[in-house]
Amino acid sequence: MDQSRIRNFSIIAHIDHGKSTLADRLLERTGAIAERDMRDQLLDDMDLERERGITIKANAVRIDYDAKNGERYELNLIDTPGHVDFSYEVSRSLEACEGALLIVDAAQGVEAQTLANAHLAIESGLEIIPIVNKIDLPAADPDRAARELANILGGSTDEVVRISAKSGSGIDDLLEIIVDRLPTPIGDPDAPLRALVFDSYYDTYRGVVALIRVVDGSLTEGDRIRLMASGQDLDASEVGVRRPAIERTGRLVAGEVGYLITGVKDIDLIRVGDTVTQAGNAASEPLEGYAEPKSMVFSGLFPTDGDDFERLREALDKLRLNDSSLRYTAETSRALGFGFRVGFLGLLHMDIVRERLEREYDLDLVATAPSVEYRAILLDGSEQIVQSPQDLPSPGALVTIEEPYMKVMIITPSEYIGAVMELVQTKRGEMGEMNYLSPERVELHYLMPLAEIVFDFFDTLKSRTRGYASLDYEPDEYRPADLVRVDILLNAVSVDAFSTIVHKDRAYNYGKAMVHKLRELIPRQQFDVPIQAAIGSRIIARETVKAKRKDVTAKCYGGDITRKRKLLERQKEGKKRMKMVGSVEVPQEAFIAALKIDQD
Amino acid sequence: MRAPVSPDPANGLAPDSAVLADLATEWKSAYVHVPFCRRRCPYCDFAIVDESAGGALDHGQYVEALLSEIAMESRFGPLDAVNFGGGTPSRLAPRYLVAVIEALGERFGMKDGAEMSLEVNPEDWSDEYGAALVAAGFTRISIGAQSFDSIVLEALGRLHDVGLIEAAISGARSVGIRSVGIDLIFGHPGETDESWERTIDRAMDVGVDHISTYSLTVEPGTELSRQVHSGAPAPDDDVQADRYQRFEEVSRDGGFVRYEISNHAKPGHVCRYNLATWAHGEYVAFGIGAHDHRWGLRGRNHRRPDRYLEAIAAGKRPRVGIENLTAPEQERDQLMVGLRLTAGAPLTPTAQRFVSSAAGERLIRAGILEVVEERVRVLKPMLTDTVAREALSVSLNDC
Ligand SMILES: Nc1nc2c(ncn2[C@@H]2O[C@H](COP(=O)(O)OP(=O)(O)OP(=O)(O)O)[C@@H](O)[C@H]2O)c(=O)[nH]1
Ligand code: SF4
Ligand SMILES: [Mg+2]
Repeated sequence: MDQSRIRNFSIIAHIDHGKSTLADRLLERTGAIAERDMRDQLLDDMDLERERGITIKANAVRIDYDAKNGERYELNLIDTPGHVDFSYEVSRSLEACEGALLIVDAAQGVEAQTLANAHLAIESGLEIIPIVNKIDLPAADPDRAARELANILGGSTDEVVRISAKSGSGIDDLLEIIVDRLPTPIGDPDAPLRALVFDSYYDTYRGVVALIRVVDGSLTEGDRIRLMASGQDLDASEVGVRRPAIERTGRLVAGEVGYLITGVKDIDLIRVGDTVTQAGNAASEPLEGYAEPKSMVFSGLFPTDGDDFERLREALDKLRLNDSSLRYTAETSRALGFGFRVGFLGLLHMDIVRERLEREYDLDLVATAPSVEYRAILLDGSEQIVQSPQDLPSPGALVTIEEPYMKVMIITPSEYIGAVMELVQTKRGEMGEMNYLSPERVELHYLMPLAEIVFDFFDTLKSRTRGYASLDYEPDEYRPADLVRVDILLNAVSVDAFSTIVHKDRAYNYGKAMVHKLRELIPRQQFDVPIQAAIGSRIIARETVKAKRKDVTAKCYGGDITRKRKLLERQKEGKKRMKMVGSVEVPQEAFIAALKIDQD
Repeated sequence: MRAPVSPDPANGLAPDSAVLADLATEWKSAYVHVPFCRRRCPYCDFAIVDESAGGALDHGQYVEALLSEIAMESRFGPLDAVNFGGGTPSRLAPRYLVAVIEALGERFGMKDGAEMSLEVNPEDWSDEYGAALVAAGFTRISIGAQSFDSIVLEALGRLHDVGLIEAAISGARSVGIRSVGIDLIFGHPGETDESWERTIDRAMDVGVDHISTYSLTVEPGTELSRQVHSGAPAPDDDVQADRYQRFEEVSRDGGFVRYEISNHAKPGHVCRYNLATWAHGEYVAFGIGAHDHRWGLRGRNHRRPDRYLEAIAAGKRPRVGIENLTAPEQERDQLMVGLRLTAGAPLTPTAQRFVSSAAGERLIRAGILEVVEERVRVLKPMLTDTVAREALSVSLNDC
């Protein structure tokens, strides 16, 4: 297709503002999907996406649009996730486009990821179409939302398109606006091939399917291709587009978005961010790639049944085929045995991965409390990366510990400014800029330790602002901090999986709260179980789970042995979800108890 | 009409003796469920017909159905024990009880000196009723006393008072029932340590031969469960453990021997039906919600009276399910139920695998389980389910 009739764009927004629903309408109006095949959020095709009602993975589709001017246009749209954990998916998608549809919910207005994603799009030099969605809602205030959008983009409210992705109103106009306002691709069709791998997924039959944006030249099935970063030469065995079902076209030309299959099964051979060129006619410069997504939080994953370690490894390997952001290395815990230290993009990502491992791979797992990545500066001047509290060198060997700080942006109605400031202060936040988006809504900037964010910060923020505040963050620098490791002892034995690094001022309260929480979570056993919190050899808190004294139905049940047996078996199943730590049975949720304690 | 009880060697054995428990595995019993209750007690989830709720089932019609069901049972017996449980068996007029006993005798035969027992609620007792029971051949009654504290009786929602209990006990003695027992319920949140102490003392003094002690449990679907969910205090495990222990101490001094978690007898007064159930003996069972166990099959009847009667009317066994147990599964059941006996369960290959498993060894080290003279015994009866759960996870087959 002639580049003048191609438009490539991403749909970006804060979580739940209606990106996937808008994608539905665009697919529907252009006839890409037959009416009988239509369902809500069609592009959210993973089970977990449908269950949770959120987009987790970006999804690219080609649609054909017959414009009012009589021309047929090729639109390549990418629906992106809104959750902050997956913002790297947004940046990747933007690199494959010339434009972005920036959506704002008319009842919510601009929120933190609206702003964060708008900045990403501006930085990538994209043309942005601002859209106010959900104008059908009774609580909608499209004028206010439009003002806020115009304000952050520096344009006029006249440019803001008003739609309801649900009812379909405004969609016809939007399609025309996409064709009118978005720039056409400007690659050189005659230059040597350069195509950006912006995403990939794994198909059991086809192997790795790379999603690519052709910038220059063209790609035809059978071509011998080269991946410029890895230096790998491969055959392009199949080339086509997704509509969203795969359609083999045999060829992709400059400006187009589509897929490439090489028969390769190893995702490390075709990395996201690499540039595809012709082996025989290689481009001289690769396209700008991506920074690898960075793991933000780390957690130990251990099979409840030690025999499942190899199955866990296989499951992680398989998951990574569709989730290149997943990082893991084998780890051994004295308490939990063999497992993996896994790096995640955030807590939602962690939650999702764990759920998939348990559901899709039928594994029973113990997860340890998430930790951020610390840097330990040692006396000999060397630096050690600490992803797991148990790896922290002893205080005697340390000069200092540094922890990651985040640039945090919070958008809140102005009446909650005080509440937000107070909260951030208790989380060691440092106030930065403050901008008014409108008289009623304000954008607050902070620097804050990531460790404070990953615990219950977001939930607390939401509850202190009646759900109105939104949060976005991105990595800033590492800073030295006064941190100590709090260890937990069960039955006088330190359980490495419970160790946590916390700020010194909070260690005592943390220890007390943790010991208390564990006393609630650990069921009574056949003997007393003392639970202690310690810093080094100093005990800072102690409680005891008293021995269980009654565990029997001292009741006649009229010879109904079957029922009794079944009851005992059910209870036994429940116990299977416990982990033996030494001689103590510990429920799985105890290992993430730290997440659930009120640290104040 | 039955001959007076002839001396039985089993009567000379201690209630908790292993020899007696072994004998009991061979006993054959029959259970008859009498579902009628004046009204449902707030903690009770048994299969009963609440006669205060209207739409009551006719006693005669139910007994007819029982007789038909007995006629449908295969060859079994002769019987060592017959037990009428409930519900409230003492709601049935003596002629109905006699009709059932005769049907059982005809169908299965009775051993000499067979035990014939039923549960009696104090408010149903009269000396005439008692005399009729003796005439019908009953050798044992168990009186639903529950407590000797009127406040607790009230809290339990019972219809009788302490006076009625005492009248029933002395009446039963005077009409010559061989073994007289009472049931007690402990651990209601409305019960205090002192109140329980008084109940125990009274139980020791009233001259009974057998005492069953049941801890109050909150069963789903009961009135009690609704109350607890809406904030009423729930029974406390530690309190119940204390009360249990206290009863153990006092009743031992009072000459009672605990032969099962909840059952205590004076020598010669073990409840055979009871012992046989936990010793993995076989029993046939009739009536709504009844469960039987013979030839490796565990069957259960409909709990709903209409379903039960429908099936009987159609000439069918009123079954909701039958479990067919393999030999190893039976051995595992024998271990699971046998752990409730003071004498413990025999050291079968399954039991052997259990005690030598990691879990078994842990329990032995913790002083909860022991192996003596080819038997596996739980030393802390209040932790029996902890042990049984582990026993259930032992593999069924040798590897
Ligand atoms: N009333 C109304 N509801 C809408 C409209 N558009 C979307 N919704 C609803 O808003 C919710 C979120 O819609 P999605 O399309 O999943 O939002 P999203 O932006 O893709 O969400 P993430 O991918 O999780 O960031 C769903 O319940 C939609 O039905 C609209 O125009 N009007
Ligand atoms: S009398 Fe016994 S069987 Fe009847 S309702 Fe009360 S507790 Fe249940
Ligand atoms: Mg979505």
